[in-house]
Amino acid sequence: MSANGTRHPLFVPLIAVGGSLFGFGLAYSGMARPEIVLDFLQLEDLGLLFVMGGAAAVTGTVITLATRHLDRAPLTGDPYGKRERSFDRSVLLGGAVFGVGWGISGLCPGSAYASLGIGNYPILLGIAGMFLGAYAQGYWRAYRQETDRTVTPSD
Amino acid sequence: MIGQFDVLTVIGQASLAGLFPRGIGQYAIGGVLIGLGVSIIYLGTAITPGASTFFESTLSYVSKIPRFNRAKYLATRDWRLVFTLSMVAGAAVYALLLGEGGWTTDVQPWRLLGGGVLVGVGTRIGKGCTSGHGISGLASLSRTSFANVATFMAVAIGTALSMQALGVTP
Repeated sequence: MSANGTRHPLFVPLIAVGGSLFGFGLAYSGMARPEIVLDFLQLEDLGLLFVMGGAAAVTGTVITLATRHLDRAPLTGDPYGKRERSFDRSVLLGGAVFGVGWGISGLCPGSAYASLGIGNYPILLGIAGMFLGAYAQGYWRAYRQETDRTVTPSD
Repeated sequence: MIGQFDVLTVIGQASLAGLFPRGIGQYAIGGVLIGLGVSIIYLGTAITPGASTFFESTLSYVSKIPRFNRAKYLATRDWRLVFTLSMVAGAAVYALLLGEGGWTTDVQPWRLLGGGVLVGVGTRIGKGCTSGHGISGLASLSRTSFANVATFMAVAIGTALSMQALGVTP
């Protein structure tokens, strides 16, 4: 994204195309059904391995080729890079909390959006829960930072 | 008398059917489509998208907490809204064209709400979710993402098996 706030006219349309494919794929794979995710987590149907594996394999190939052979993305001018997040205890703690939530509900953010698109309106409860959780976590972190200046931001 | 290969074939088919009672076609095709969606965005913009930053960036519209109003959320909140709404739309297209359409889940409301809250907290502490770490992160061969995915997979399987053992259905 350029500093003066102007964007390539195709930026938002491209996000919409990519997001639509993403949502279509989530729906096609069955991952938008909490029941199928719970079947996977109860080790009764391991098919979901192919969802994450297939998606990561396609994306990994593209990222590897782009970082090696291409220079900058046409719509932003940004250099191609990898997704790197710094490692610390919060990565494991967050993964564990997310894992409990995923195991209880069969919901993750992307699959919940897709599920809503299929007409599964009870999933709004799950999405509302995610917003509540994200708000509570942000509120807590803001409070901690105000009361304890030694806390370092994690991201 | 059954030959050695017949026995192997029977065992192979039985275990495949046991591990993958719905087959693997829908899963693999869905996964490839998801990967193509992420890849198109990446090739055009160099962004490795995740689905859960949407919560903080959208909260910046309604909350004055500085944490939700950091520059990186303000700069991305509009396209993250588009990204999320287009995921809803893409799934709707599937339901209308190919899917059975219009089903709702039988998973109990308390599981959806309670699980959702923990998902919201966990993805924010852990810097990503099944798409950010599980797709973009693994695709980047990020050790941080491998650690996060291994953790949430193990904990989620343990949680789901425990719920099942406690007789919670669906």
